[in-house]
Amino acid sequence: MTASITTRRAPAAPAARVLRQRAVQAVGVVFLVSTACFAIVQSLPGDIAYRIAAGRYGYDQVTAASADTVRAELGLDRPAWQQLLDWLGDLISLDLGNSLVTGADVAGELGLYFSSSLQLAAAALVLALAVGATGGALAAARPGGALDRITTFWVSGARALPPFLLGLVLILVFSVHLGVLPAAGHGEASNFVLPAATLAVGLSGLFARVTRDAVAQIRQSEYVRFAATKGLGGRLVFLRHVLRNTGVTLIAYVGVQMLILIEGVIVVESLFAWPGLGHALVHAIFWRDIPMIQATAVALALLVVVLNTVVDLGSLAIDPRPRRREVVL
Amino acid sequence: MAWRKMRAAGASAAAVLMMAGCAGEGAQDNQQPHQPLKVVGQFELHSLDPSTSGGFFTRLQVAETLVDADPQGVLRPGLATGWDTSPDGLTWAFRLRPDAHFHDGTPVTAASVAAALDTARGKAGTPLSEVPVRAITADGQAVKVALAKPFAPLAAVLAHTSTQILAPSSYTVDRKVTEIVGSGPYRIKRLEQPANIELAAFEQWQGQKPAITEVKYQAVGRSESRALMAESGQSDVTFGMDPTSLQRLKQAGEVDIADVTLPRTILLKVNAGHEILGDVRVRRALSMALDRESMATALLRDPEMAATQLFPPSLPQWHQKSITALSHDPSGARELLARAGWSPGPGGTLERNGKKFTVTLRTFPDRPELPILATAIQAKLKELGIALEVKIGNSSEIPAGHQDGSLELGLYARNYALVPDAMVTLADDFGPDGADHGAMGWNSPALTSTLNTMASGSDTDGSAEGRRQVTEILQSELPVIPVAWYRQSAVVSQRVDGLVLDPLERSWRLTDLTWTK
Repeated sequence: MTASITTRRAPAAPAARVLRQRAVQAVGVVFLVSTACFAIVQSLPGDIAYRIAAGRYGYDQVTAASADTVRAELGLDRPAWQQLLDWLGDLISLDLGNSLVTGADVAGELGLYFSSSLQLAAAALVLALAVGATGGALAAARPGGALDRITTFWVSGARALPPFLLGLVLILVFSVHLGVLPAAGHGEASNFVLPAATLAVGLSGLFARVTRDAVAQIRQSEYVRFAATKGLGGRLVFLRHVLRNTGVTLIAYVGVQMLILIEGVIVVESLFAWPGLGHALVHAIFWRDIPMIQATAVALALLVVVLNTVVDLGSLAIDPRPRRREVVL
Repeated sequence: MAWRKMRAAGASAAAVLMMAGCAGEGAQDNQQPHQPLKVVGQFELHSLDPSTSGGFFTRLQVAETLVDADPQGVLRPGLATGWDTSPDGLTWAFRLRPDAHFHDGTPVTAASVAAALDTARGKAGTPLSEVPVRAITADGQAVKVALAKPFAPLAAVLAHTSTQILAPSSYTVDRKVTEIVGSGPYRIKRLEQPANIELAAFEQWQGQKPAITEVKYQAVGRSESRALMAESGQSDVTFGMDPTSLQRLKQAGEVDIADVTLPRTILLKVNAGHEILGDVRVRRALSMALDRESMATALLRDPEMAATQLFPPSLPQWHQKSITALSHDPSGARELLARAGWSPGPGGTLERNGKKFTVTLRTFPDRPELPILATAIQAKLKELGIALEVKIGNSSEIPAGHQDGSLELGLYARNYALVPDAMVTLADDFGPDGADHGAMGWNSPALTSTLNTMASGSDTDGSAEGRRQVTEILQSELPVIPVAWYRQSAVVSQRVDGLVLDPLERSWRLTDLTWTK
């Protein structure tokens, strides 16, 4: 009996536990978020049928007749709870339904918007990490040195510059004056550079700051000093001890920033005409496209769960120290 | 150890190469601007259905309508080479262009055209759904339209973009449009909703082959971004410029600007059934209060766009040069309001029998000039002692407010030539029951009978006189108060020649463009 309990608490358990907990969380989040979205949209002022008709037919052709057609076609006269139950029923069978405005499959549309936003966020993250983490680590090598002061200046400057302004400046320099990059648009590899750089500049400052502080702190730690004392070379100490321990702090921080990044790309997406989640959500809310709003919100909520899971697993992998008392016992 | 070093070096090299690759590609694009033509505009493609796609595919010359129109609005052959009407005006026959082909290679048959029109007719709110059609049938290489009563502007209705003819392969069994297979000079090469459309010249097109064989359309929402794309040479033809960017680009002088006055008027819809606004003297006073020239100069950056009557000069048949122009006359407005019983109250706001002159104006931001014009109107009316509350919401609030009677004033832009014959839109807008985008609580038997006579086609000689009467009635009764006309501009890069804008916004005429030698 005792033996079997010990087996269940074997070291492989933490990862499985993380996955199990997060799966339960995901189901709860999907239910709560979609119900809340539905309730909020229903309570917004204005006749939903007219709003949808304005989205479908444009401002030149939105009329009472087109609104009536929309109402009849979509069954908007049915009681709200019936509409909500229909949506939840479809959701259980993994059917996100069709957009009320465009008539297209929500899953397909969402896939396109989601992947463009993720691609942009990932490109920005890679760029920010490359610049920020390297800068921070170098600055920490000599706290108070010239590079450290430049990094501090960079951090404040990058944070103080709103992305919209920075984006415009980058377009003016690289597109209008130098003519080397496209100003806006989507679909070609070169289209990535300016929006990703706009997002990365602000982020890289933060990463530099966090990396610099973490590295500086870890360099002062006893285990690093011990490693140096026992005769390990500087590079080996950095790679084996400093880098791994900095990773623990940095992974958790990057996870949080990734979320803020994806949800915060709206301004940059709009400036660079990037067909992403921000674009989709704003249009869907304006048009009262309920399935699209629900699906987008659910996708964003699930993304939070997924990223938290990845951060947890990542931290577990590079920092396998036990976290729960029973394992220690 | 050595392996770790190699891995780190490899990762850095890959990152550097990726960045270099991106930059290299951008530079290459810029060196070869001639393929394809890049068109940028504000319109997004949300639906393929001809009744809701806002004329995208006729503008891009992918799909054709049976009837076309020249820039003056005069009808000319489209997919139909000609048409006849029976003596009683109840049967129309449209002869199709022989050997016309759809982009999937199938011939354009009368049966497929009749099916496309039947589908269009079933969509609520389209002009064809308002026509008294009994049946649309195929008859050899002609399409026959049988009417329940004569309707003279039928050919003009069949020039409306919602009646574009798509191949049978465009539709599903339940007549939903899943792809655009038209018969025009360009065919769809790739389509990614909502922002990207790629076109290629259609090899089997019988007319003149377009000089530019590939076109890329991209929707860009912000006007600043569009201006920067035009300025950096990323786009060849850019639509939807805001007045400030346009002025800046004009001054810089590195691009060409094409412009045309549209048959679109920005107007104030007035609830004439309202206890205050029902008085024609009050409506005239509101009109006199507006300083249209200043608004056009300061806000639209184009003084010529100050409206002097409802119909802009781009509707030459309806625009009346001799009519007394609407003008700014604050003292005249005060006099009219006094005669209507309104006098300044203690707070400066006009009052009548203890009731204040307070009205609400609804407008929407989809056309960026509307909210700023609304606030200018608010300021001018305040000078007269009228308290105007401006509500900026969704475009659908104007038709919704019309239906439930809660609308007092609405500010929007109305295009009178979506159907090339403005009569069709006017008959709807100013009919006895009013319309969502027309009169509200206002009826003029004289105007209705004039329009009815013109619609039945029984008075062809008197049309000019009829149009004059219509314009004069609208000018004196003001069921809608004209504010400004509208000029559309496009920025054209110096790589391209030959862009002439169509005032009817039916086509962007990309087939007429050539690369600069």
